[in-house]
Amino acid sequence: MTAAIAKSTAHSIVESTPRAKAVAGSLVILYAVITILPLVWIVATAFKSQSDAIAYPPKVLFQPTLEGYVNLFTVRTRQTPDFIAKLPPPETWYDKLVRQHDMVIAGPSKVVPRFVNSLIIGFGSTFLAVFLGTLAAYAFSRFRIPLADDLLFFILSTRMMPPVAVAIPIYLMYRQLNLTDTRLGMILLYTAVNVSLAVWLLKGFIDEIPREYEEAALVDGYTRLQALRKVVLPQAVTGIAATAIFCLIFSWNEYAFAVLLTSGEAQTMPPFIPFIIGEGGQDWPAVAAATTLFVVPIVLFTVLLRKHLLRGITFGAVRK
Amino acid sequence: MTTILQPDHVTIPGVSEPAKSRATRRVRGLSDRAIAWLFVAPTIALLLAINIFPLVWMIRLSFTSLNLSMSYLPLRFVGLDNFTDILTDEDVWFRLQTTAQFVISSVALQVVIGFGLALLINRQFRGHSFWTTMILLPMMLSPAVVGNFWTLLFQPQIGPFNYLISLFTGVPPSSFSMTGEVALAPWTIVLVDTWMWAPYVMLICLAGLRSIPDYIYEAAEVDRASAWRQFWSITLPMTVPFLMLAVLFRAIENFKMFDMVNLLTSGGPGSTTELVSITLKRAAFEKWRTGYSSALAIILFVTVFGAANIYVKVLNKVKQR
Repeated sequence: MTAAIAKSTAHSIVESTPRAKAVAGSLVILYAVITILPLVWIVATAFKSQSDAIAYPPKVLFQPTLEGYVNLFTVRTRQTPDFIAKLPPPETWYDKLVRQHDMVIAGPSKVVPRFVNSLIIGFGSTFLAVFLGTLAAYAFSRFRIPLADDLLFFILSTRMMPPVAVAIPIYLMYRQLNLTDTRLGMILLYTAVNVSLAVWLLKGFIDEIPREYEEAALVDGYTRLQALRKVVLPQAVTGIAATAIFCLIFSWNEYAFAVLLTSGEAQTMPPFIPFIIGEGGQDWPAVAAATTLFVVPIVLFTVLLRKHLLRGITFGAVRK
Repeated sequence: MTTILQPDHVTIPGVSEPAKSRATRRVRGLSDRAIAWLFVAPTIALLLAINIFPLVWMIRLSFTSLNLSMSYLPLRFVGLDNFTDILTDEDVWFRLQTTAQFVISSVALQVVIGFGLALLINRQFRGHSFWTTMILLPMMLSPAVVGNFWTLLFQPQIGPFNYLISLFTGVPPSSFSMTGEVALAPWTIVLVDTWMWAPYVMLICLAGLRSIPDYIYEAAEVDRASAWRQFWSITLPMTVPFLMLAVLFRAIENFKMFDMVNLLTSGGPGSTTELVSITLKRAAFEKWRTGYSSALAIILFVTVFGAANIYVKVLNKVKQR
């Protein structure tokens, strides 16, 4: 493959020939389409009925239904047709949908509390990590700190540890502190993981802000803290926002700690989704519906982050 | 530590000496030294509490026979027994081998696909930025949630993956199971991992390719260097530091791999896809052998820490460019 590309560059390496561009373009688009297919299948499965979702051969065209979403948000019980016939007419469209399958809604499912947990733990840990990270990054960027490189390496290395290995002592420690399966415990843990990314990324962003601005503010009689608040922070807003989104995505997606350290109260979406079960195994339309709702915010964030993506995934090592 | 903190003395172009000394004199409020300490301390304190203190505790436990399912037993110190048990256990070595095979094959595949895609995208065809974003999507998603969904895609009867394969090859879709067969399962986790992370390598390679100034190629054109020659003596060497960064990062991440594989195959069939993280989870959270699993965790720490050291060295090298 590379040989073909190299040959086509003989024309001019700086600007490719139209033919080379067309070939490259179609190959990339082909790869992109294949890559996106599984995601399209998830979104489509969410609108299938139970039987369509597990039909053979797999159904590409189907009658769309909201059953998956209804099943995701409700707990249902099976009833006899007689029982259902005696009930007053259904009040809502989803009552009606459920009754078509000889079931009645028994109550809400746990998905909303799990979603709320994901939000609280995600935003809580992001806020803390970005707050602590901004302070530390500013100090590392502007002051001479003894052993700064060692400290920065130490901060980074905490993120390199396998989560399952970290979870063993955390589990024991949280048991003693009554933090097992609490949102506070998860927020603290995710903050500790995220703060390393925040420090590294934000140090890069703050390094790029010329010191002269602050020095000028200091000359004008600002204190360091005033200069930080009124000069540096406004300049760093984009970087802070990008960092925050990266931290949020990590907390949102995290599975290992969540599955090992939470079971109910503080459980987030990732360990919950695989256990959305219907009658006889996983309720795939409901799982797909949950996955769709869970993934959509990330897709939006990815598009927002495009410019900073490279920086975020390399801890600020590579910048465009 | 606080006593040796110093403000960073930098010469400010355009600011005269008297103005500078006036600036230092007029800074009010907390001293720079105090601020530096105040700003770094909370982060270090949090990491000490959440990472280092538990780590030290775990080192202590690794010398004991603690088993949480029998925690009524008195804590017994067994010296290095856990470590010798692990390092002489053939099963553990098999798991490490499985992990190494997974890391090597997935990273190699990701490098080939990622670098290839980067070369293609660097042609700057129309709409390349939109399609790049599309390709990047999988790596931003939760490996657990997505890994879980791949189990449906891989179902032998009803899954679209087998169906597509049978459309193209004619092999009956129910005749093979991507997650259930000893011969296929190790490749299945490599496949899903590559689907997620080839874009990562691509993105970093793209940055490498874009860092090569045009004039180098123009000079090569003047020297009538063949396109093949240009690729081998300009493009490749100048992207290698970026590629190395990507490889090391992926290698560390995949060495730690737990979420996607746990949901896709949970280590099976048998133990064909049982990576060390899964072994560790079973020992610690299913068999509750805390002493033993602490020792295993420490062995993994040391391995990752060594790799992290190399990683940071490469990282600094790339930064210097």
